[in-house]
Amino acid sequence: MNAARSAEGAIKRGAKGESKIDLDAFEGAYLTRSRMMLCLSILAIALIICLLVAASFGSVAVSMIRAFSDASSPDHAIFFGVRLPRVLMGAVVGAVLASAGVALQALVRNPLAEGGILGISGGAALGAILALVFLSTSPISDAIVPIIAFGSALIATVAVYRLALLDGRLEPFTLLLIGVIFNAFWGAAIMLVNSVVNFYYAHNILFWLMGSLESPSYREVEIVGTLATIGFLMLMFRARDMNLLSLGDEAAAEMGVEVDRLRREIFFATSVMIGAAVSVSGIISFVGLIVPHVLRLALGSDHRLLLPASLLGGAAFMIIADLVARVAIAPAEIPVGAITALCGGPFFIYMLRRQGRRPFAL
Amino acid sequence: MSAEIQNELVLKADDVVAGYGDAEILHGVSMDLRAGEMLAIVGPNGAGKSTLLKVLAGTLPRRRGTVELFGRPLESYDRRSLATVVATVAQENSIAFQFSVLEAVLMGRAPHLGAFHFETRRDLEIAHSALEHFDLLALARRPIQELSGGERKRVFLARALAQEAKIALLDEPTAFLDLKHVADIFFRFRTLCAERGMAVVATLHDLNAAALYADRVLLMKDGAAIACGSAEAVFTEQNLRAVYETDVYVGRNPLSGALAILPIAHRG
Repeated sequence: MNAARSAEGAIKRGAKGESKIDLDAFEGAYLTRSRMMLCLSILAIALIICLLVAASFGSVAVSMIRAFSDASSPDHAIFFGVRLPRVLMGAVVGAVLASAGVALQALVRNPLAEGGILGISGGAALGAILALVFLSTSPISDAIVPIIAFGSALIATVAVYRLALLDGRLEPFTLLLIGVIFNAFWGAAIMLVNSVVNFYYAHNILFWLMGSLESPSYREVEIVGTLATIGFLMLMFRARDMNLLSLGDEAAAEMGVEVDRLRREIFFATSVMIGAAVSVSGIISFVGLIVPHVLRLALGSDHRLLLPASLLGGAAFMIIADLVARVAIAPAEIPVGAITALCGGPFFIYMLRRQGRRPFAL
Repeated sequence: MSAEIQNELVLKADDVVAGYGDAEILHGVSMDLRAGEMLAIVGPNGAGKSTLLKVLAGTLPRRRGTVELFGRPLESYDRRSLATVVATVAQENSIAFQFSVLEAVLMGRAPHLGAFHFETRRDLEIAHSALEHFDLLALARRPIQELSGGERKRVFLARALAQEAKIALLDEPTAFLDLKHVADIFFRFRTLCAERGMAVVATLHDLNAAALYADRVLLMKDGAAIACGSAEAVFTEQNLRAVYETDVYVGRNPLSGALAILPIAHRG
C-alpha cells in the first residue's frame, strides 16, 4: 500500500498539493462510460432501423397500417405470423454468432477465429440433426435439440482448441487447418446421416448445412434468446479479462486472471450460444468474423465495448442479410448462410493475407 | 523513506526446486529481496534464471521449497491479490489486436478494478505517471503495433509500473536495446527503488550492467545459486571462469571506477 501512497505523493508534489494533471490528451484513447454508451446507442438505433426496414419488406407487399389496425387482415397474419418472428430470430442468431466470435477470437488471440470456420457450428449441427432424427417424437424435442447442439458444440470447441495446442503454443495456421478438417468431417458425417434417413428428414438436413431462417416460431425465438442471454452475460463478466488475455496466457495470469477458469467459461458460454443459434438456423458462417472485424476497426479492441457492440451489430447485419435472402430472387429464397458465405469467403482471404504480413497483429 | 521500510524483507525463497515436465531446472535455490533493492540474476544460458522468475511470479509451481512474500506464503495469495504485490514483465511481449499505448498501460490497473468498473481519474493519473516515467506521454494514443522494439518494451514496463506492485520481476528488461535505452531503463528503476521502495529482480546477460546498476547480484549455474552479494564480491575472475567456462578479465572502468568485466579472447 506504500507504493500507492507514494505514487499519489509524486503526483501531488508536482501540482502543489492538488492533483491538476492534464488528462485531456488521453481523451478518446481509452474506453469511458460515456463513449461506450454513445457507441452502443448509435448501434441500437441502427439495429431498430434495420428491424423496421426488414419487417416491412418482403416478397409480398404488406400495409403496416392495416397490419396494426386490423387483426383479421392478411397483412396482420403475414406481419405478425411470418415476418416478425423471422426478423427477430435473425436478430438473435446474428447477435449470438458475432459476440461468440469475439470471445473465440479473444480465446485464441486471433481475429480469424469464428464458430463456423473452427468447425464448432458444424459439430453443433451434427448434434442437432441426430437429436432431430432420433428424438423428434419426444414431446420436448424443441428444448432438447438446442441442448444437444450445445453439448456437441462444447465437444467441438474443446477438441479444436486442444488439438491446435502444440507444446502449449497456439499457432494460428494449425488452428485454422484443424477448423478446415473439422468442417469437412462434420459435413461428411451429416451427409452420412442424410443418406440413411428417409426423405422427410433429408430436406431438413440440407437446410442445416446451408443455414437458413425459414419459418421460426415465437417459442423458438424465446428458447434461443434465453440461452443466448445466459451465454452473453457470462462473457460480459469476463470482458476485461479478455483484454488481458490478448497479452498472452502467462502475462494474463501474472496480471491476476485465472486463465484456466476463464478459458472454461469461454468454452461453455460460446458453446451455449452457438449451439442455440445452430439448432434453429443451421450453419451460418462468417458473421462472427466480419462483424467483429469491422467493429474493431471502428471502435478499438476493448472487449467491454466490442462484445455488446458485436451483439447489436451482428443482429443488424443478419437482419439485412436475411432481407436480401428473402427478396433478391423473390418469390424464391436464397439460404441466408449462402449470402454470408458469399460475402465472408473473400473477406476471410483478405484478412488472412493481411495477417500474413504481420502475424498476431491485426 | 525511512531506513526501516527500506530494509523490510519483501521476498524470501528457500530451497526452491522446479522444472518443466520430466526436466528439473532448479535444484534448490534460495534467495531474498529487500524493499528498495535491485537484485540482478546473472548466469549462462540455461542456468534457470527465467525459471526462477516464473516460480517467484507464481506461474510455475514448485516441486519443493518455500516462497514467502511480505512474510506470507506465496500460496496464500489468490491470482488477483498476487498481481497487486508482484508485477512481471516477460522477455518477449506481444499483444494480439490493436490497443493504444494508454490502453495497454491501463491494463496494469486491472487487478485493482472490478469486472464492470471503468477506470477512475485516479487510475488515469497513475497511468499518466507511469507513461511519464518511461517517457511515453507523447505516444499515449498510438497503436502499440506501430512502435519500435525499444518503445514497446517501455510500454510493458510502464504497464507493470501502473500495477503499483511493490515487487517487480523483469526478465531481460534490456535485451535488444541500445546503450542509451539500457542506461535509461536502469536509471528509471533505480529511481523507483529509491523513491517508492520498490524491489526489483532482473535477469541480465550483461555483467557490466549488473555490476553498474544492481545493489546485489545472484550468480547462477545449472539451476543452482553459486554466489550472492555485492558485484565486487561475486564477480571475481575465479567465480566467472567457473560459471562461464571462459577466461575473463575483471578490472575497473578508469573513468567511473565501476567494475569492468571483459572476456579474454584467445586468438589463434
